[in-house]
Amino acid sequence: MSAPRTLLDKLWDSHAILTRDDGASLLWIDRHFVHEGSFHAFGMLDHAHRPVHRPDLTVGVADHYVPSHARTRPIADPEVAGMVAQLQANTVRHGIRLFGLDDARQGIVHVAGPEQGLTLPGLTIVCGDSHTSTHGAFGALGFGIGASEVAHVLATQTLWQRRPRNLRVVLNGALGVHVAAKDLILAIIARLGAGGAVGHVIEYAGTAIRALEMEARMTVCNMSIEAGARAGMVAPDDTTFQWLAGRPFAPADFDAAIAAWRTLPSDAEARFDREVTLDAAAIAPTVTWGTSPETAVPVTASVPDPAAEPDAARRARIGEQLDYMGLTPGTKLDGLTVDRVFIGSCTNARLPDLRAAAAVLRGRRAAVPGLVVPGSVPVKRAAEAEGLDRIFRDAGLIWGEPGCSMCVGTNGDTVPRGERCAATSNRNFQGRQGPGARTHLMSPAMAAAAAVRGAITDVRRLMP
Amino acid sequence: MTPFTTLTAPVAVLDRANIDTDQIIPARFLRKPRSAGYGQFLFADLGLTLPRDAAILVAGENFGCGSSREGAVYALIDAGISCVIAPSFGDIFAGNAAQNGLLTVALALAGLADGTVLTIDLPAEVVRLPDGTARSFTIDAFRKQRLLAGRDDIDLTLSHAAAIAAFVRQDRTARPWAGVTG
Repeated sequence: MSAPRTLLDKLWDSHAILTRDDGASLLWIDRHFVHEGSFHAFGMLDHAHRPVHRPDLTVGVADHYVPSHARTRPIADPEVAGMVAQLQANTVRHGIRLFGLDDARQGIVHVAGPEQGLTLPGLTIVCGDSHTSTHGAFGALGFGIGASEVAHVLATQTLWQRRPRNLRVVLNGALGVHVAAKDLILAIIARLGAGGAVGHVIEYAGTAIRALEMEARMTVCNMSIEAGARAGMVAPDDTTFQWLAGRPFAPADFDAAIAAWRTLPSDAEARFDREVTLDAAAIAPTVTWGTSPETAVPVTASVPDPAAEPDAARRARIGEQLDYMGLTPGTKLDGLTVDRVFIGSCTNARLPDLRAAAAVLRGRRAAVPGLVVPGSVPVKRAAEAEGLDRIFRDAGLIWGEPGCSMCVGTNGDTVPRGERCAATSNRNFQGRQGPGARTHLMSPAMAAAAAVRGAITDVRRLMP
Repeated sequence: MTPFTTLTAPVAVLDRANIDTDQIIPARFLRKPRSAGYGQFLFADLGLTLPRDAAILVAGENFGCGSSREGAVYALIDAGISCVIAPSFGDIFAGNAAQNGLLTVALALAGLADGTVLTIDLPAEVVRLPDGTARSFTIDAFRKQRLLAGRDDIDLTLSHAAAIAAFVRQDRTARPWAGVTG
């Protein structure tokens, strides 16, 4: 009998073509998503006159540079327009399937890939984007890679990697009312620290994870990278299989696939290198105050006081962040004025996210400007069929076209310098949403509550 | 890429934790061709200028966390940095660095001033300080070999073409559901 293995071990063993004496394994890659930013890698390939080895396993998605305004209007900035056109040219030239600007399947790569059934349990999935960890929600091993590795996968459909360590994060208990997957992952990151999971793949387990729908599992896995993890995973179960059934790229013999996928979950006796346990019931709606996702605290908390921090380096770090964020120690976060809201990104732009935000905004007006950007064309159409777009528009928010938008600002959607933005995205880094922008991360319901009050607000108070 | 063996150079000190890739190079510059020279974009919004001749950056923990943008590595290299020393690194950044001949040394070196001259000896895996002391570090053997040789991995991988083809043959039987259909 073979030794008990984790989900990660099983994925690794079924994809390792060979392992060298120095510990480097050559892994087979099942899916490779490319986007506009992959142009460096295509350039490397062309420079060396190499073909794409498996265009059938490569899928292009336009997301980072697409406009959130109507697609009937041209992209104003020629450099941005060039990025979208270049992806089109590179994918056509190499015979790669593309969900381009005018495609009914277009969206943020980490929304569109799963939605089309391209993301499946038991697959290795890479993309030149750190939030590829999202795909682990299906029991796949998905991780972000840089341009040189993108070129390597294009040329060989393989990647050299060292086996990461296993970290299990167990969440038991039930989430409270108006406490979402976003709050859960922010609480986990605060516990682990921004570098706390470096070198590890996180497997999320426990009753609170099992109870999450697929979109919520994607939110959790998406932000694994913000704790430094190589990837995040959830073992596939009936929730996973039901969600995938009937998707355009789901396997033809779906029952045979399910039978194989049922063997993937970690064995009962499998050993993890580290284990962390949290009580889901103790998690409150959560927001960040600083410029790292690890600065997540309950909305009921106050801005920290550096003077209370005994460690000099940490004290300096808190001070720098407060300075950038324009915050005074001791200020209550609940009630902190914001200048705008952004609801979108690969973390929180799926249909349940938009429903949660719309439930708060229904019949209310936003006190500040805001942008709502659905994660994909299918999400947008489904939301419109339910009338969610009307709720957002009636509240005074802009209803945009699918893409990465104001999460990273590469399409020109940025937060003006010095403004404070309540955002459902994944990074509050200095300058992330634009030079001098101040980002507070939170769930879609919390961002909607912030829009209504023009201030960070405990959504539980607004929605008793 | 240029092979890395030993380097003796002055350091630039950026003693902050969690310097993410958005701070190393803001996203708005990532659409620029590499030929534009990425050095001008390094730390663009931090208002930092590196000391002249600095080729080693000494930084705080979790350096290079965040996005997978290889532009962060291009910006450092194009600004003349050949080695970053920090207590820890973001995984993707460290991988990207090794792909481009930028050495990452996982070491906590406190109290250095800008301009301190260090010697990095990659074959021996040591950093030599001006006071004659040395600090040893460890590096992934595969990455070390690649840095010393200054090669990319694609030719090495293609030399394993037979093993890859054999894997694909057995995998089609083992995982018939794994291909892209439709």
